[in-house]
Amino acid sequence: MTAGPIIEVTGVHKSFGANTVLKDVSMQVAPGEVVVIIGPSGSGKSTLLRCLNGLERPERGEIRIEDRSLLDAGSSITEIRSRMGMVFQQFNLFPHLSVLRNITLAPVQVRKLEPANAEELALSLLGKVGLGEKAGQFPASLSGGQAQRVAIARALAMEPRIMLFDEPTSALDPEMVGEVLAVMKELAAEGMTMVIVTHEMGFAREVGHRVLFMEQGMIVEEGAPRQLFDEPRQERTKAFLSKVL
Amino acid sequence: MHFRFDIIVDYIPLLLKGAALTIGISALAIVLGSILGLAVSFGKMSSRWYLSWPTSGYIHFFRGTPLYVQILIVHFGLVPACIGHTDAIVAAITALALNSAAYTAEIYRAGIQSIDKGQTEAAQSLGMTSGQTMRFIILPQAVRRMIPAFGNEFVVLIKDSSLVALIAAPELMYWSNVMRGQYLRVWEPYLAAAFIYLILTYSLSKLLGWMEKKGVAG
Ligand SMILES: Nc1ncnc2c1ncn2[C@@H]1O[C@H](COP(=O)(O)OP(=O)(O)OP(=O)(O)O)[C@@H](O)[C@H]1O
Ligand SMILES: [Mg+2]
Repeated sequence: MTAGPIIEVTGVHKSFGANTVLKDVSMQVAPGEVVVIIGPSGSGKSTLLRCLNGLERPERGEIRIEDRSLLDAGSSITEIRSRMGMVFQQFNLFPHLSVLRNITLAPVQVRKLEPANAEELALSLLGKVGLGEKAGQFPASLSGGQAQRVAIARALAMEPRIMLFDEPTSALDPEMVGEVLAVMKELAAEGMTMVIVTHEMGFAREVGHRVLFMEQGMIVEEGAPRQLFDEPRQERTKAFLSKVL
Repeated sequence: MHFRFDIIVDYIPLLLKGAALTIGISALAIVLGSILGLAVSFGKMSSRWYLSWPTSGYIHFFRGTPLYVQILIVHFGLVPACIGHTDAIVAAITALALNSAAYTAEIYRAGIQSIDKGQTEAAQSLGMTSGQTMRFIILPQAVRRMIPAFGNEFVVLIKDSSLVALIAAPELMYWSNVMRGQYLRVWEPYLAAAFIYLILTYSLSKLLGWMEKKGVAG
């Protein structure tokens, strides 16, 4: 790709008290790339993802999003965040707002869209995730898979350049995993830049352009899915994969 | 000794007038107190010391000193200092509002902190500022959870408002004191007042129970 990276992480350190969670992590993501992060529990995957949109702040290192420094952004961090969607394991829908209002709130308040335009956009996104008829309902009445698809639609309504996913299917009943992965697959096919933390190895192999394996706060190995899954170079990667595959 | 209902009947108009003022003073105090309390709770939760220190001092002062003392300070000190002379009703409302702000501040803080962190993170990830997050996401959810605690505070305030009879604000307790002075009897004026307070607080808690049920269902 000729364009520079859309996400550039250099030498990031992050600790919680005495617990060092990210140790000198560097990574890059090219526009349109789908990067999947795998690794054991507690290895720092979520923390790394949360650093990318400023939900956590590293002590050292540099993070650049679309060539703008995130850590020096100050109050304009809201602007950087508004171009970057995030989908959480626990959905985090707003329970006091209807599905439609969940999706239109940020476009109206942050992007300053006209409410009518925001609604039109929301309805088309709901259609896209297969939930057109749920607009008037409240989050409590949705199944997990439906809630997560609404959360994806909510993030997409900001028309982000990047989508971050933190174990989007881990809180779902097994029969609902497929419907969420299908939406993500479609996004990837449309060329969305995505960084996905997941335990769904089949999905990682099929949709990921590149896979990062993390352990103890470090990126141990990275490569194309076929290379990393079938011919891992590092012993630690092999040990992890033999447990999960 | 027999109980003289006839003097209660004579005094009913004045007692009801007093009860209306009791309701008015308490309602204004809870409204003003909740507005001030919101500001105080933001101050207390702030990471900036020049906001959190004074507000936590405020809370300590109003929760740690008798309301009676606060009423006297406001009546003889604060109100004259602000408007040049004192006024029992203004002082009553001010003292009760300042006092209830200290309690509602803690209600807000508990309510706001009870909202899952994921809500804030989701709002921030959509690019909302912390002001927008508070206004559209946190407060609407927190306020629903705070309704019972606010209701209790209102009940407490109605009862506490009886203390402002001491500065001659003509509310319910004031008129029962007048009644005692006129007839030199204690049971009738004070039992009548107690009964009216009971009706006020009982109907208020019924109303709140009903609102809560509606809130949970809707
Ligand atoms: N807010 C926090 N405060 C203190 N420690 C934290 C915090 N968030 C994460 N940690 C710690 O940081 C380490 C890495 O956590 P992280 O959530 O990034 O791991 P993970 O790879 O996402 O794991 P999982 O697969 O279980 O989600 C863990 O030891 C965790 O306990
Ligand atoms: Mg995690």
